[in-house]
Amino acid sequence: MGVKVLTILEDILGANAEKARRNQDQLDKHGILTVNVMSSPGAGKTSLLLQTISRLKQKARIGVIEGDVASTIDAENIKKQGVPVIQINIPGGCHLDANMIENALNNLPLGDIDLLLIENVGNLICPAEFALGEHKRVMLLSLPEGDDKPYKYPLMFTEADVVLINKIDLLPYMEFNIPAFHKAVTGLNPKAKILPVSCKTGEGLEDWFSWLLDEMRKMRRGGSVAC
Amino acid sequence: MHELGITQGILSIALEKANEVQASKVTKINLVIGELSGVVDECVQFYFDLLSKDTIAAQASLSFERTPNKLRCRSCATVFSPNNLDWACPNCHEAKIEIISGRECYVDSIEVD
Repeated sequence: MGVKVLTILEDILGANAEKARRNQDQLDKHGILTVNVMSSPGAGKTSLLLQTISRLKQKARIGVIEGDVASTIDAENIKKQGVPVIQINIPGGCHLDANMIENALNNLPLGDIDLLLIENVGNLICPAEFALGEHKRVMLLSLPEGDDKPYKYPLMFTEADVVLINKIDLLPYMEFNIPAFHKAVTGLNPKAKILPVSCKTGEGLEDWFSWLLDEMRKMRRGGSVAC
Repeated sequence: MHELGITQGILSIALEKANEVQASKVTKINLVIGELSGVVDECVQFYFDLLSKDTIAAQASLSFERTPNKLRCRSCATVFSPNNLDWACPNCHEAKIEIISGRECYVDSIEVD
C-alpha cells in the first residue's frame, strides 16, 4: 500500500469537550449550578470558596471539587465547613480536565447539591483551554498581580463570565489602575461582569453572592444556564 | 503548558483514523496550532516520541503549521495582528477586540502507509 493522506480536521481537545458536554448533561439533570473558579496561585480561590460556603450554606446545598498539584490542605479547610468535597491531586499537572470531573461527580452526592464550586489548579493559562462541564466560569485576579494581566493571559479573560478583583482592601498600597483593568477586560470580553471584592474584609462580596443566587434561580426556572 | 494532554489527543486521533483504514503505519501528522494556544512544538515532539513507542505511529514526523494571532476591532472592524501588550486597534485606537485567529489546535491530516 502506498502513502495515503487522510484529511482529519479534528479538534485535538475534542474528546475533552465531548466529555465536558456529558458532565454538563448530568449536572443539568440534577439541577446543579456548576462554577469553575480559576486564578493564579494565591489569588484567593479557597478564601472565596470559604466565604461563599459560610454565607450561602443556609440557602443552598453546596458541593466542592478541589484541584491542586499536591496536598489536601484546601479540601480539609472546606470539609470543616461541613460540605461534601472531593480533592483531585494532579502531580505535575497544570489544570483539571473533564475526565477528572467525571470521576469526581461519581463520588459526590449529586442529589443533595444545588451549587457545585470547582476550584481549578492555580494557573492563568491551561485551565482556560479545558472545558469541565461547568455552566459558568469565574476568574479571580488579585491586586498584587497587576492590571496588565488581561493582555498577558487573554484567553482566560476572554472565557470568564465573572472577573472578581480580589484583595481590593490593598488598593491604597498598590499601583493598580482599576479603570485601565476594566477597559482591558471589557475590551476582550464585553459580557464579563467585573466585581471588586475582598475575601478578607468581605467588601463587595454581597454582589458576588447575589450573582450566584440569581444564577441558581435561573437554573431552577429554566434548566441549564450555560453560555 | 499542557502539551502532555495535547499530545495524547493527537496520538489517539491519529491511531483511530489510521485504524479505520487499516493502515500499517502512520508516517506523518499535520497539525494546525494557533499562536495563542501556548503549545510548544518541541515539547509535543518529546511527549510524542515517548507515547507513540510501540504503536503504528512510532517515528511519524510531526508538522506544525502555526496560525498567527489575528484580532478584529469591534468598533471599526479592522483586522490586525497585535504586538505584545498593545491590543488596541491601529486604525481607531479602541481596545475593543475579538480574537478571530490564533486559538486553533487541531489535526489537519495524517499520512499513512
